[in-house]
Amino acid sequence: MSSTAEHTDVLVIGSGFGGAIAAYHLAAGGAKVTVLERGPWLKSADFEHDYKLGSSYTRAFDFVVGDGMSILGGNCVGGGSVVYFAAMPRAPRFVFDRQGSIGRRMWPGAVSRDTLDPWYDRVEESLSVAKQDWNDVSYAGGLWAAACDHAGRTANPLAVAIDNTKCVNCNWMMAGCRFEAKQSLLVNYLPAALAHGAEIRPLHEVQHISRTSDGDYRVHYNVIHDEDYRLQAGSGVIEAKIVVMAAGAGATPVILQRSEAHLGTMPRAVGRYFSGNGERLNTAIIDEKRAAELFGLDRGDGLAYAANQIGKGPTVASWDKLDGSLPEYSRYSLEQLYFPPGLGTILAQVPDAAGPTWFGREKKEILKKWTSWLTIFSMIEDDNEGVFGPPPATGNAHRISQQMLGRGNLRYDPTKNTLGAWAASDAEVKEILEKDGLAKVMPWTNDLVGAYTVHPLSSCRMGDDPLTSALDDRNELRDHPGIFVTDGSAVPGALTVNPAMTIAALAERAVPGIVQAAQRKGISVTYGAPAPDGSRSGRKKVLPLLPTLTRT
Amino acid sequence: MRSENERVAPDGELRTITLEAYADTIVPGQKRHDGDRAIAGVATGGGAVQAGALELLQWDATGIHDGLDDLARLVNEHATAYAAERSIALDPSVPPFVALEYDDRAALILLLTTPGHPEKDFWVMLSLFCNMAFDSAAHLPTAQALADGHPGLAAMGLSHPDADGLWRFKDFGYGRELARLHPDTTPSGSPA
Ligand SMILES: Cc1cc2nc3c(=O)[nH]c(=O)nc-3n(C[C@H](O)[C@H](O)[C@H](O)COP(=O)(O)OP(=O)(O)OC[C@H]3O[C@@H](n4cnc5c(N)ncnc54)[C@H](O)[C@@H]3O)c2cc1C
Repeated sequence: MSSTAEHTDVLVIGSGFGGAIAAYHLAAGGAKVTVLERGPWLKSADFEHDYKLGSSYTRAFDFVVGDGMSILGGNCVGGGSVVYFAAMPRAPRFVFDRQGSIGRRMWPGAVSRDTLDPWYDRVEESLSVAKQDWNDVSYAGGLWAAACDHAGRTANPLAVAIDNTKCVNCNWMMAGCRFEAKQSLLVNYLPAALAHGAEIRPLHEVQHISRTSDGDYRVHYNVIHDEDYRLQAGSGVIEAKIVVMAAGAGATPVILQRSEAHLGTMPRAVGRYFSGNGERLNTAIIDEKRAAELFGLDRGDGLAYAANQIGKGPTVASWDKLDGSLPEYSRYSLEQLYFPPGLGTILAQVPDAAGPTWFGREKKEILKKWTSWLTIFSMIEDDNEGVFGPPPATGNAHRISQQMLGRGNLRYDPTKNTLGAWAASDAEVKEILEKDGLAKVMPWTNDLVGAYTVHPLSSCRMGDDPLTSALDDRNELRDHPGIFVTDGSAVPGALTVNPAMTIAALAERAVPGIVQAAQRKGISVTYGAPAPDGSRSGRKKVLPLLPTLTRT
Repeated sequence: MRSENERVAPDGELRTITLEAYADTIVPGQKRHDGDRAIAGVATGGGAVQAGALELLQWDATGIHDGLDDLARLVNEHATAYAAERSIALDPSVPPFVALEYDDRAALILLLTTPGHPEKDFWVMLSLFCNMAFDSAAHLPTAQALADGHPGLAAMGLSHPDADGLWRFKDFGYGRELARLHPDTTPSGSPA
């Protein structure tokens, strides 16, 4: 059997942050690397500015409605990095000491802000992450900053992975960057992985993993139709000595659940402890006159704001509540954000409505003020209360629409801690933005598709305690040697800031352990590649850490 | 009851008028002509119907296209029950949902989309696509929809793209410092 099957040294599932980073380093180190990615491989010219179903937006997205929580993620080569907003802050120090629902530190003892900082440095170098200037800040970010200031708060231009010299502020980041300004993985780690011989196969959706008689892994996939993702265009298997799972926190645990019948019992934490990174959105409808009067804001043409359509995702965040001395569940950040029509507009509610809040007469009136909307994104500390039910027939959801929309088995029933933290952040957003009549504010409703996250985390998390973590502190799946998880599912809990930076840093940190496991399985591979563009200063800082990451 | 089922036979016109009434409840518009029964006429300008909700719903890309007969039949059944419970007399010349006043249509949709309602998923999805017809013209190329004066995109004030169909904004920000930075910020712009 195994002699006729296709073989690779390292099989990577998913090509987002976790997948691309592992694929690059292992290929650069000399391993034969194959990446299976369920979504299409889109090029810059494919990133149209179009809301039509079936165009760039929809084919690059995966929107899975669960019970109490819906997940929006990337579905293409490059994963979430293609559709993300490229805000790249490091997680604050206190996050690593969080206890969450288990009543003791949930992160592995080996990981703290100090031990992760050198890995963050590597990511900053590789993705050209830089702090924005006030000159780079969009109208929406500027308005949010002015409102924070007026209410006695501070506000920060965000660190982003965007080349502002190329950015045209089109606000179509969620459809992929047509102008190659966004430093998605399509312009760094993935081309570098390809240059070192890695192979990427788009439209290959992994279903489950089984074992070969000689102790390797056999990965079973379906080939997905390139336009109607509900259809399958074939299936196959590929054998590998090492499997790196990076299908994202909404998909990795589902693949593992489906594999349980073949691989044996999964650690208890597989498919549990899911966190939506505590996300919550509020929509403010700005009173243009007050914005001009209160802050002297002026776009130069008599308009104060009315710029919802203009910009580039989040540019300014307020970090006043990221104070480690505050108790858990009371710390959060508040970030200005852009959400295009189609995906989120229906969830915005009418302030002071007499009738229905999310549809109807009054909703239509606020839609007419859409250009004066300002969206604020809270990231609170939730309670890791998400649990995945039995896996669907294929993939991670039952697909409904040709693309994008599916129904999954995630159940999220927010605890009092989470509800309280959301309420506190909602109240603060209201306090800041309704001060002196600047705006009217309402949170998005959770009644339609549950809470909503673009930052799924923790469904297969790392830790020291086998009962509450599926991975050890080097990202290897407990009791299944040779399977590593490097995506957002490994992050133990909500981060109070955007997660890609931390997912990427943890993936960088996991690579030396994966290299060592590969070497032990006879693969000729070494660790030590520079950043994808050849820069070496990040590498200098992490090489001394290797002894702490290898297993004896 | 039998005659009721026949009356709402979910094909052709009856299905269309029912779904139009549903779409108009999500984003209401003004009547297209005197005697327009689908559109309740509680708002000015085009609503979801004028924005193309039926075209979007019937497109197979949505995945709900082949369930529309059932949805139209079901919402009429719910409307009949809703009216009966409240002793509302329904005009038999149109399907029951269409016969309801706007506020009752809205109240019924709220009931159907309440968390815990066994059919909630279907009604949320139907509502979502009705809304998308208005707020993003998801059945049309966006640049063309804008050029043709799509009522939803126009009402929301979306600007027109450049000639190549792409948006670019030369002026995008106030270009000045508008707040104090958090004191614990790293040089690269992260929380310390
Ligand atoms: C609209 C949006 C905006 C965002 N903005 C930001 C931001 O500004 N800053 C930030 O930090 N984060 C942001 N995020 C979140 C960020 O994109 C994710 O946290 C990050 O991409 C997660 O990385 P990952 O490696 O865990 O998974 P992903 O990047 O999601 O990659 C997983 C990949 O696996 C593929 N896959 C899934 N199942 C299978 C399967 N069975 N077989 C093969 N392949 C599979 C998926 O298609 C996907 O490409 C945003 C997300 C969205 C959706």
